[in-house]
This record gives sequence, structure tokens and C-alpha cells, in this order.
Amino acid sequence: MNRKLYSFNGGIHPEGHKDVSSTTAIRSMPLLARYVVPLRQHIGTPARILVRAGDTVLRGQPIAAAEGYVSTAVHAPTSGRVIAVEARPVPHPSGLYDLCVVIESDGLDQAAEFLPMDWKALDPSALRNRLRDAGLAGLGGAVFPSYIKLNPGAARSLDTLILNGAECEPWITCDDRLMRERAGEILQGVAVMRHMLGARQVLIGIEDNKPEALAALRAAVVDGEVEIVAVPTVYPGGAGKQLTYTLTGRENPAGARSTDIGVQVFNVGTAHALYRAVILGEPLLSRIVTVTGHVARPGNFEVRLGTPVRDLIDAAGGALAGASGEVVGGPMMGFDLEDRSAPITKAVNCILVKDRAHFPERPPALPCIRCGACARACPARLQPFELYWFSRAKDFGKAQAYDLFDCIECGCCSFVCPSHIPLVDFFRFAKSEIWEREQHKSGADQARARHEFKEFRLEREKQEKSEKLAAKVAENRAKDAPADLQAQAKHAILQAAMERAMKTREGIAPRNTEHLPPAVEQEIAAIEARRHAAEATDH
Amino acid sequence: MFSAILVMAGIGLVLGGVLGWASIKYRVADDPLVEKIDAILPQTQCGQCGFPGCKPYAEAIAKGDADINLCPPGGEEGTKRLAELLGVEAKPLGGGLEPKPKSVAVIDDHTCIGCTLCIQACPVDAIVGAAKQLHVIVASQCTGCELCLPPCPVDCIHMEVVKEDVANWKWRYPIHTMRRVA
Amino acid sequence: MNGSPYILSERNSVTVVMLKVLAALVPGIIAHTWLFGPGILVSLLLCGAFAIGFEAFILLMRGIPLKPFLSDGSVLVTAALLALALPTLAPWWLYLTGMFFAVVIAKQLYGGLGQNLFNPAMVAYAALIVSFPVYMTQWAAPQYLANHTPTLLEAFDLVFSGGGSISPDAYTSATVLDTWKTQARLGKAVAEIRGLPIFGWAGGRGSEIVALMYLGGGLLLLWNRVITWHIPVAFLVGIAATAGVLHGIEPTRHADALFHLLSGAALLGAFFIATDPVTAASTPRGKLIYAALAGFLTVIIRTFGGYPDGVAFAILLTNVAVPFIDAYTQPRVFGHRNGGKT
Repeated sequence: MNRKLYSFNGGIHPEGHKDVSSTTAIRSMPLLARYVVPLRQHIGTPARILVRAGDTVLRGQPIAAAEGYVSTAVHAPTSGRVIAVEARPVPHPSGLYDLCVVIESDGLDQAAEFLPMDWKALDPSALRNRLRDAGLAGLGGAVFPSYIKLNPGAARSLDTLILNGAECEPWITCDDRLMRERAGEILQGVAVMRHMLGARQVLIGIEDNKPEALAALRAAVVDGEVEIVAVPTVYPGGAGKQLTYTLTGRENPAGARSTDIGVQVFNVGTAHALYRAVILGEPLLSRIVTVTGHVARPGNFEVRLGTPVRDLIDAAGGALAGASGEVVGGPMMGFDLEDRSAPITKAVNCILVKDRAHFPERPPALPCIRCGACARACPARLQPFELYWFSRAKDFGKAQAYDLFDCIECGCCSFVCPSHIPLVDFFRFAKSEIWEREQHKSGADQARARHEFKEFRLEREKQEKSEKLAAKVAENRAKDAPADLQAQAKHAILQAAMERAMKTREGIAPRNTEHLPPAVEQEIAAIEARRHAAEATDH
Repeated sequence: MFSAILVMAGIGLVLGGVLGWASIKYRVADDPLVEKIDAILPQTQCGQCGFPGCKPYAEAIAKGDADINLCPPGGEEGTKRLAELLGVEAKPLGGGLEPKPKSVAVIDDHTCIGCTLCIQACPVDAIVGAAKQLHVIVASQCTGCELCLPPCPVDCIHMEVVKEDVANWKWRYPIHTMRRVA
Repeated sequence: MNGSPYILSERNSVTVVMLKVLAALVPGIIAHTWLFGPGILVSLLLCGAFAIGFEAFILLMRGIPLKPFLSDGSVLVTAALLALALPTLAPWWLYLTGMFFAVVIAKQLYGGLGQNLFNPAMVAYAALIVSFPVYMTQWAAPQYLANHTPTLLEAFDLVFSGGGSISPDAYTSATVLDTWKTQARLGKAVAEIRGLPIFGWAGGRGSEIVALMYLGGGLLLLWNRVITWHIPVAFLVGIAATAGVLHGIEPTRHADALFHLLSGAALLGAFFIATDPVTAASTPRGKLIYAALAGFLTVIIRTFGGYPDGVAFAILLTNVAVPFIDAYTQPRVFGHRNGGKT
């Protein structure tokens, strides 16, 4: 059963340092006195707060509900009292504060009632809503609300469901340990996913540097419906698009969803969380986090969401002397933690304590010599040095033309650059500038439209007023005239006024479609034509 | 001599003809200049430029009646883009105008008497309310033009600078450890 | 403070890249010394010294820190390439002028490391051959031809004070390409020209060995992944194909492909000059087009141009086309249908 694997462009082979944390079993943490639970733990709209300071909560009780479509719920990690709802440090590259619910534990850890879901019988849409209320989000790092991804859409089926157990980032081993220790539970979660998506085949991709995890999952597969595939160890082999390509040879088209090529990818951790939510009825309350690097007892921990990073590092024996800061995530794509009181969230898979020996300061940058090492390493087949010139010069239009937004920020280019240029930093900068500009642009467009509409409205009101006035004057004048003439004149005047109104309305209404480029005008014409056609067929 | 002049004139005629034909055949249908300028202006409709809105200012620029550096909400960036569009030198804001951080107006619930004057002043209909009812400003639609401040008889509207938060935070321009990378 | 990644590929820097290039030149330099005498060592030394001097001077004037930019080694590579491209035992000011053109005009006035449009060593070579054609064609004769090969001390003497006691005829000769050109102009047939003592089994006697050493060094660079195969292969194929066609059309007038490959700066150019990343095309397809074009032009200039070797002019001409080539040969980005950005 040797599946044909495809290899993507570039990639790098940094030192793994996996055995630092992968040799010990997942440990649990003691109950803490205080948890800080942010409302923004997923991609999309932050959850809407449901509790107030002073409220008592139970473990697993929702403290914030999904708000809008791309959102998911947040739950209390233990029982106790809400002592504050306020801005606190959160794990974010900005180091800014964000709204959090601070819960003081009562020490009892009383759970709310957990209702398992009858996933085979339940209506798919109802099941998805329950997963949204269970707070499920992708645990690989992107934290996209899972219930949305578990919708097969109009097709009602999917060709390939991929479980991502590649874990290509150096140092991180949380998925590795999870697969070794809870392979059976992962597979139960996978079964639910398969049911919900109607997937034809299920592949679990695991890098071949994790033989134990591969063996554990292979041993746990019972029905042979799931294929466990060892993929070559190359960073970023665990990036969604790259793993998809490695396993299927299909490239996710730029700007499209993976479902467009019949693929959906979930992290193995998400499958495990899904198992808990569906089979046990327990919302997403904890996740596995790797604590590694310069700490006394590195390893993996089952951590309640809301646990301050400081307490987690203490649980790993504390940072050793000479530690030089913490990274949230791995060394390739993580970010520096500003404040250790920031909590573990659904997105945090690793706390890496740095030291100068393993993480020396980046040497000063030299100019780019266009050597192309970055392009050879780029898994998206971009030309990072070209993007760098454009980003540095703030020539954002050109950067977009060279497909800046296909950059997955994996860091391979920065890793190999002989001039030590922080290429990815430039790409992040350029992307966020472009995003802001687009927001400003759409804000300005809205403001323009609203302003023009207000002017139109004022004009219309003026017209209507003067018409009313004219009609009244005519009425008064006609009172003196003979009855039939009076009626006739009245009718004529009204007719004229209505015509005038129609004309002005026609004259004014298309205001926002004046001065359009020919392309847009053609489009409008085409739409009109379609509309007429549709009306014609309706009759 | 004569034939040389004839040849030159002939070449001139032919080339001129070709160029003329090409300019008709390959004419680029252009957005009117006013629209292009208006697209760059931030649409706050604040009137700080001295014109009653962005469109009138755009028209004035297009006619050459107004300078390009009169728009504080557009800031340096806006002036730069206008300069690029019009092919002139960019310059700092003129007329004693200063760029301001993006702000939104906020109504104090306790003071508002529901007079509707601000609603009439708002150029983008971002204020909701009725007579003798508390008015509310829709923050996401507010352009920060400050036109609602003067009409308010009880001074219950104030401007709040939009603070940086996790959602609107931007990555900074990377700092180089070297003095110059060039 | 920088964002991620927080780790870097080890032992990887511009300096390391440049040192690898210099190391790969060593076999060629040894062969050159052995076959043509120690004169090359003098020109290498002089070019290196002048290069560092000019670079430091300009960096100081531009207010740029000296240490990182002098230690990047790029200027030494330029110096070595120019020294290998120039005749040995020429007067010292020829090297000085050359390095001035290379470092000050071609590199620093364009903005320094990474900013130059043209290959600095080739700009200097072109400037010198246009300005001082006599000196540029007086090459040290190979040992087997020379009445006397200057020793290291004599070489210094020659470079700095013109020698005096030794007649230039004793130690110089024209290059093979030069000889070919003059003889071909005289209407001699290929076979007749090939019979001259300066010719070896395929190229110039002696110089073909040096060229093969450059090939060996170039393979080292390939193996070390300092360069990719695209440029050397396309450049050499460009030369071979053009020369082969010309030879095929008129075998009595035009030299064969192997001769073109092994003479002049063809192999040095293929692996060390055309591959200069700053001035070469950077996309895979672009590299092929760029280098093949340079190879084609090299043979055309050698055959029909006024100068014996065409590598320098060919590379400079294709340098001009690089931004254009790059723009049209952008690789297909992952998840996109087509490459090319115009």
C-alpha cells in the first residue's frame, strides 16, 4: 500500500529538536486559582460575552457565544466566579490587550451537564450548530471555526479528507504525543468528520520522523477505511496546501478553498477535540501544549484554555538561567510573547523558551544579492527577493502583482537568506498595509455612497415638497372654475406634476451609475439583459 | 535638394497619418479626472479643504482652482497619491491644516436632548435618532468629519481617537540593525 | 526586534558564498601559475589591494559601516575575476584603472553591493580593452613558448617599472583567439591555423588546461549549491550551438565548438562571471534564456566583431536584458495557472 507522494518546491531541513519534549507522556496541570479567558480565540468575529463580573460559572458553561457566521463559543475552564471582564494581555504578536473573562476558581471544578451528541441520527445542520456552541476551532494554529469546515456544501460529499499530523515545525511535539497516546480517540473524531463530510477517502499524513505516532495510529485503525501515510520530513510539509499537494498532487488554487479541489484538511488535534465534543459532549476546554526549549522539565501538557503562560512554564519546572524570552508557537512561524500573564488560547500549540545558544540574535542584514536562495526554498514557488524589493520600497501594487498574498509566511526564505534579511517581516508588513488600505478604500466607498444618497434624498424631499405645494395651489385656483373644467384642469395639473416627478426621479436616480468605466457599464447592461430575460421567462 | 524635401515631407505625412490613426484606433477610454481624484479623497465630507464635500474639492482640483494639499484626513499619503495622479510635486499640507489621527464622534447619552440637529449635519447619515429621542452614532459609518460638533446645542458630542487594538493592529516596517541596507 | 523565524540556516552568509567562489577559482589560478608563470599572482594581489582600497574609500564617503561591507568578500571576487580576465605582467596602472571602473563606477556608483546592473569585472574589462587595446592583447606567453618566463620578483619589476632589461617579445604573445582572428583575416584555412604551435589539442596549448581547471572549480560551485546548473549549461550550449552551426556552414573558416568552449573566457565566464547573481537573470527559465543569449553573442562577437574575445561584451549586453527577461519568466506560483509578470 504505497501511495504515490508528490514533492513541492523548496522547503528546508532545520534541526528538529523534537526529542527534547517528545519523550515524556502528556502531563496534566494542577487546578489554578485564576484563569484568563479571551473572547477572541478564533479567526473571525470575537465571541459575544454572556456573563458579568460576579456571576458564578461551572466548568464547560458557555461564557461567550458565537457572534455572526465566522465565530464560535467560549467556555469556562473551571467552576468559580467571574471576577472581571476586562482587557488583559493576550498571546498576540502586537503585545496588545484584548477583552478577557477572568475567572476565580472555587476549587471544586464542578462541571456543567455534558450531553453527548447522537451524531449519526442528528440533522447535519443541527450537529454543526452544536459544534459551534461547543467552541470547536482548528487546533493546528489557524483556529478557523470547525463547524463551517464540516459543511460539505451543495456537493454533500467530499473526495478526500486529510488529517494533518505532519507537525513540521521544529521543537513542537504536541500532535506527536497526542497521536501516540490517543490514537483511538483521534480516529473516533475522524469517523465523525467523515460522516459529516461524506468523504470518499481519509488520509492521515504524518512526517516520517514520528515512527511511534505512525505505528500507534496504524495499530488503532480497525476498518482500514483510514489510510495512514508517512510523508517525508521537510519543513513546511505540514502547511495545509503543501500537505494536500504531497498527498494528492492537487494544488489548492490561489484564492479558492481546498474544497474546490475536493479536499478538506483538519489538524489531528481538532479531530481529538471533535471526539470529546461529540462522543463525550464536552466543549473545547483544553488542548495539548508543548513546553520546550530552555526549561527544566520540557514536555507536553494538557492545558485548560485560559491558563497563564507563566503557570504553564512553572509546571514545566520553570525557565532555566540564561533564558532569553518565550516564543508562542514554533521557531519558524511563532512570535515573541510580550507578557507571561497572557493565557493559553485555542491557537497556542507551543511555548518555546529561548536561549542564546539555540536562538542567537539575527545578524545585521546585508543588501540582497539576488542569489535566489529564497526562491529555491519557497514552497509557494514565489520569488521572495522580488517581493522584498517591492515591500521595502512600499510598492504594494507591484508586490500584489507578484502574488504577495500567496506567501504562507513559513519563513523558509528568511531562514536561508545569506544576507540575513528578515524577508518575512517585510511581507507581513506589506500585507497588513495592503489590508488596511483596502479597508480604507471600502470605508471611503461606503461613505461616498451614503453621502451621495443623502444628497439625493434631500433633493427628492425638496421636489416632493414643491410638488405638493403646486398641487395645492392648482386646487385652490380650480375651485373658481366650473365643475367639469375644474376636474379636467385638476387632472391635467396632477398629471403634469406626476410626470415631472417621474422625470426628476429618473434623472436623479442613476446618479451613482454615472461616469462609470465602460467595463462596468457593459456589466450593468448585461445584468439588465439577464433580468429582462428572467422576467420574460417568468411570464 | 527638392526631392529630399519631398521625401522628408512624404515621410512626415505618412508617420503623422499613422500616429493620428493610432491615437483614434487605440484611444484609452478614460475615467474622468474628477472621478479619479475623488477616488483618492477619503470621503469624510468634512469640508476642511474649504469645499462642501469631497466631490466639489475633486472638481476644484481638476479645474486647477484648488491645491492638492488641503485634505487633512487624507494626510501625506493622500497628497502623495494625488501628486502621482496629476504628475505634480507632492507637498506638505497647506493652509495651516494638520493631519489628525482617525477619530469617530461619540454622543454622551446623559446630555443629548434629541434635537436632531446633528442628524441633519451628518454628511453620511451615520447618526440614528428621532426628535426627543437619544441619538446614537454608528461608529463603523462615522468618517470623523466633526460636522456634527458645531450644531449641537448642548455640546454633547466629542471625538474619540480610534485606538489600536488586536483587530486593526499592523505589522511595523522592519527595523534593520544595520545603519543602511543599500 | 525581528519576528520569526528565530533560527537561521547555519554557516550561511554572503561572506561564505563569496569565499566559496574564491576557493573554486584556486585550481584555475594554480594551473595558470604553473603554465604561465607567477605573473598572475602579482595581478591578483594588485587587483585585490586596489579593490579593497577603492571600496573602503567609497564606503567611507557614503557613510556606510566598513566592517560588514568590506568583509562580505564580494569586492575580492570582482578583483579576482578581473585579474584573471586581464593580461598578466601589464603595467600596474592598468590594474588600478580596471579596479576603479569595476568598484567605483560599475558597483558603488550604482548603489553598491546588490544594486549594480552590470557585472563590475566585465565593465572594467570592456573599459580597458576599449581604452588600452595594446596592453590588453599582450598576454604572457605560456612557458613552452616563452624564451624566458619571469620569476615572481621579475614579474613585480615588470609590472611596476616596465622591466627594462627584459624585452616584451621574450615573454608575451597573442592569445589563441587573437591569433585565430588575425590568421583568419589573412585568409588562412582552419587546418593551417590549427597547426601553429600555440594551439593545443582543442584550444590554446596551456590555456585549455586552465580552462578545464575553471570547469572543475565551477563543478565545485555546483556541488556546493552556490550556483545552479542553468546558467553554465545554457551558456556553454549557447556557445557550442552557435559555433557548431557556423562551423557546419563553413568548416574551413570557422573554428569548431570545442575550440570555442576551451578558449578565451568561455569556461570562466560560464561558471564565474555569467553566474554573478546580482546581474544575472534570477528565474529558472530566465537564467536559461539569459545565458544562452550570452553564449550566442559571445561566438558572434568572436567571429564577426572587432575584438578577439566576446564574453565580456556578450554578458554586458545580456545584463541589460535581465529585468525584461525576469519579468517575462516569473515561475508559476503555487496554485496559479501561469507564470510571468508584466
